[in-house]
Amino acid sequence: MLEFYSNVIVGGLLLGAVYALLATGLNVIFGVMRMVNFAHGEMVVVGMYVGYGLWAWTGVPALAAAPIAALLLFGMGYLFQRFVANRFVEAPQHMQFILYIAIALIITGLHAVFFGPDPRGIQSAASFEVYQLGMIRFDAVRTQAAVASLLLVAALWAWFRFSLTGKAIEAAAENRVGGQAIGIRIPHLFALTAGLGFACAGAAGALVAPMFDVQPYLGGEFTLVAFIIVIVGGLASLPGALVGGLLIGLAEALAATVVAPSMKSLFSYGLLVLVILLRPQGLFGKVEG
Amino acid sequence: MLEMRSARLAVLLLAVLFAGPWLFDDFELSVLTLVFLFASVGMAWNLMMGYAGQLSLGHALHFGAGAYAMGLMITKLGVSAWFGLPLAFAVGALFGALVGALGFHFAVRGVYFALLTIAFAELARILVEHWAFAGGNGGLFLPALTPDNQPLVSLRGDAGFFYHALLITLAAIWLACALLVRSRIGYYWRAVREDEDAARAIGVPATRVKVLAVALSAGFTGVCGAWYALIQGSLFPDSVLGMRMSIDLIIAPIVGGLGTLFGPILGAIVIQSLNELSKDLAQEFSISGLKLIVYGAVLLAIVLFAPHGIWPPLARWLRIGGRK
Amino acid sequence: MNDRRLSSTRRTLLKAGALMPAFGFPGLVRAQTGTLKVGVILPLTGVLAFPGQQTRQGAELAVKMMKDQGINIEATYVDTESKAETGRVAAERLIRDGNTVLIGAWDSGATISAAQAAEAAKVPLIVNVASAPQITEQGFTMVFRNFTSAGQLVTSAVQRIKELPRSASFAPKTAVLTHTSDTFGQAMLGGVKALWDKLGMDIKIIDVISYDVRARDLSVEIAKAKALNPDLMCPITRVNDAILIVREMVKQDFNPMAIVGPGSPGPYEKAFTDALGKFADDYITCVPWYDPSRATAKAVLQRWAKEYPGDRLELNSGFGWEGIQVAADAFKRAGSTKPADLHAALRSTKIEEHLMFGGPIQFDEKGQNNNIGGAMLQIVKGEPVLVGPSSIAQAQPKLPMTKWKARA
Repeated sequence: MLEFYSNVIVGGLLLGAVYALLATGLNVIFGVMRMVNFAHGEMVVVGMYVGYGLWAWTGVPALAAAPIAALLLFGMGYLFQRFVANRFVEAPQHMQFILYIAIALIITGLHAVFFGPDPRGIQSAASFEVYQLGMIRFDAVRTQAAVASLLLVAALWAWFRFSLTGKAIEAAAENRVGGQAIGIRIPHLFALTAGLGFACAGAAGALVAPMFDVQPYLGGEFTLVAFIIVIVGGLASLPGALVGGLLIGLAEALAATVVAPSMKSLFSYGLLVLVILLRPQGLFGKVEG
Repeated sequence: MLEMRSARLAVLLLAVLFAGPWLFDDFELSVLTLVFLFASVGMAWNLMMGYAGQLSLGHALHFGAGAYAMGLMITKLGVSAWFGLPLAFAVGALFGALVGALGFHFAVRGVYFALLTIAFAELARILVEHWAFAGGNGGLFLPALTPDNQPLVSLRGDAGFFYHALLITLAAIWLACALLVRSRIGYYWRAVREDEDAARAIGVPATRVKVLAVALSAGFTGVCGAWYALIQGSLFPDSVLGMRMSIDLIIAPIVGGLGTLFGPILGAIVIQSLNELSKDLAQEFSISGLKLIVYGAVLLAIVLFAPHGIWPPLARWLRIGGRK
Repeated sequence: MNDRRLSSTRRTLLKAGALMPAFGFPGLVRAQTGTLKVGVILPLTGVLAFPGQQTRQGAELAVKMMKDQGINIEATYVDTESKAETGRVAAERLIRDGNTVLIGAWDSGATISAAQAAEAAKVPLIVNVASAPQITEQGFTMVFRNFTSAGQLVTSAVQRIKELPRSASFAPKTAVLTHTSDTFGQAMLGGVKALWDKLGMDIKIIDVISYDVRARDLSVEIAKAKALNPDLMCPITRVNDAILIVREMVKQDFNPMAIVGPGSPGPYEKAFTDALGKFADDYITCVPWYDPSRATAKAVLQRWAKEYPGDRLELNSGFGWEGIQVAADAFKRAGSTKPADLHAALRSTKIEEHLMFGGPIQFDEKGQNNNIGGAMLQIVKGEPVLVGPSSIAQAQPKLPMTKWKARA
């Protein structure tokens, strides 16, 4: 029993680390810019296809595909924000929702048209590898993905904290007019932010590709998980995204064990409802003024 | 004057449409039936979006609740389907009131409210997927129609029957919405929408009025869900309570026009036509996902170029008034 | 004032009229007495795409072979996208396009919803693969199922498992059952619950684990199963989840005495053996199969090798083939393409020489064929081999299964 539960917990935490990367990306877009990015999950799926595609054509493992996916999605995010989404920064939220839902539908449809709707899995020897530490089994693929995710999240934190551009973005998000007054180029900064957010999603997708078979319709699930983590953890809070990600990963694993695997999202949604009603700023967020 | 004209137009259209089964074949009738169904839900959803000012992305909850209410009533109780309609309304309205009351009491707004509705719909879906009584993931199947089936008793019949039934439902919901909007409740709704604080200041029970909007919206949606169950003959939780359904339900009113009475109808016509067209193309060329690209492209076009929907400019062109 | 009112009304009516063609994509109803128009509903994309495509190939082969015998069939294939509710729409579309008999829909949920449309339109539906009991218990009059019901699948599976040779190293006492939560999985679970003990199985089922057929990660489910340490693992699966289950069992080094599926698709399919390589071996499943000793089987295998050299003739392609055979046979005897005539001919079907293991194809008053036999297969070096019953077995089963770490 101990072996069973400890392995389940470890598995959940490892997945949670990847969720943290996913949520950090959304946090950057939704938390900082307040753009309701309902297409975040689809960006993850793009990353998954990049990961799968590179493996299928060149045999390159997921870890190497992650930076490529991140770069591609950074470009997509930057361009999209700069030329389309920037117009919606001040728009009513339901308009933003519709914009992103439209993008999500188009991307999902394009995936289905170009890659077909069938699930595609990376079947390599690595998918069977396991690191054994006493009675704990560390699934090789999950462990690598978790480590990579944590490194990326830490790198992003550091950048926001210490770089001039990073601080400028936070300043601009908090006070747009003030930011413009002191010369911060808002459209460019926001585009940069969106690029970073999408890049996180893409990297998370490439890392996850060896774990889950990729198919065009996974986007919605990832989007919802990302929103749950961002809200539970706290908007615009990077520690919130990390803790939230680990928490949700763990919660899903335990719910799967204790209740039933197919009910694992029950806990996450229940938590979301409670947080929205009782503590909308989440665990680490600041109360809205 | 303008309202008289649009009312007369509506009646004329209704009369023409009633002759449907003698003009169209079975397949066309079933497509139009779906148009009426989605137009009805669109109008109901509009009530909430336009008057309570809150975006519901989890309307599948009310739709599915109504559908399962009707489905369970028929399969488990064997009672006449007529009782299922008011039951579906009540169940839908109940869930609506619950979502509304919770949301407004805790001052949940914007994105958070939308996410709340999604969470409730997903919770319902997961629970129903595990509810053996309702067939769970395996689905709930209505019994096959016997040769001596009386459509007016079982509320299930051929394409022509459902066509008329949904046309009447659409007309009834349209009438109900039109009357509500012109009533005192409608004035309260508009007051709250324009400036909630000012409305409260003059004594409008804002929260109660908003919850009413949500409950009515959900109740009408529930009735439409019940019809969906009768038409389909089988219910699966991930299709009737899923996120895909929630999005399908709101595309028509968004494309047609938020806050208008004709908008959802126009939107439903446009969307279903595109649906059929893309399905034919997809079968022809063996592409799947075409429908999603078309939906997405239409939504994108609307949000970029006609954020209030297609109906307002069309109405202006046709020189018909009555935007709200 | 009057002019304007009239013209705006007229304009609206004209616009409404202009929209009409948008709905009318009328199917051409060709009244050809020489050719039977058959509508085939299958999951050609999505989670169930692989078996759906195999079924389609079987049907296409049958159409060619029927043509050689002078029976002209025109088959149209519509995709259900692996979603249960699209069965009805697919059926309606095919009926509207002039197909007078339907075959489908591989998945139980889609089949039932297609049956509702077929029933309403009074067009016969031949079920090629789908085991849920509701298909023949709901009172449909248009349905003819040429496949085993869940109960029959379980009964023959239990029989085959009982016949497995016991030895010092293979004496299972406990089993864990896993199943998908969709219509098929639930029907099978119902069958097992009702029949397992009644048929005198000496193996006790200590737990039942269900999961969503769309699940992408089964690590918790397999961990649960492993923790119970059963002698037998009995998964009721589709293809993708079968792959996931074996992969997890390898990763978690979970080695039961054997993996024996009591009646599910998946393990005999090429997608499964390709994905798992050496880890697919020794997996046993109990399903209907083609009878290699039959003349029809020999002919079909020969033709299949020519038309689809890389693929494998198995359960799906086999029943896909037989579905067309049943339609062709009815067409020949009815001498007409009208649904009512075909329906009457189908009622009196009795086909002695056919492909799948079992007695002649015949339908009882509920539309069920009760003569379909259940075989047992084991994967040997990546290929499914018949290991039971003894009348058609091609080899002895390898028991217990080779441990994962011991596989070369």
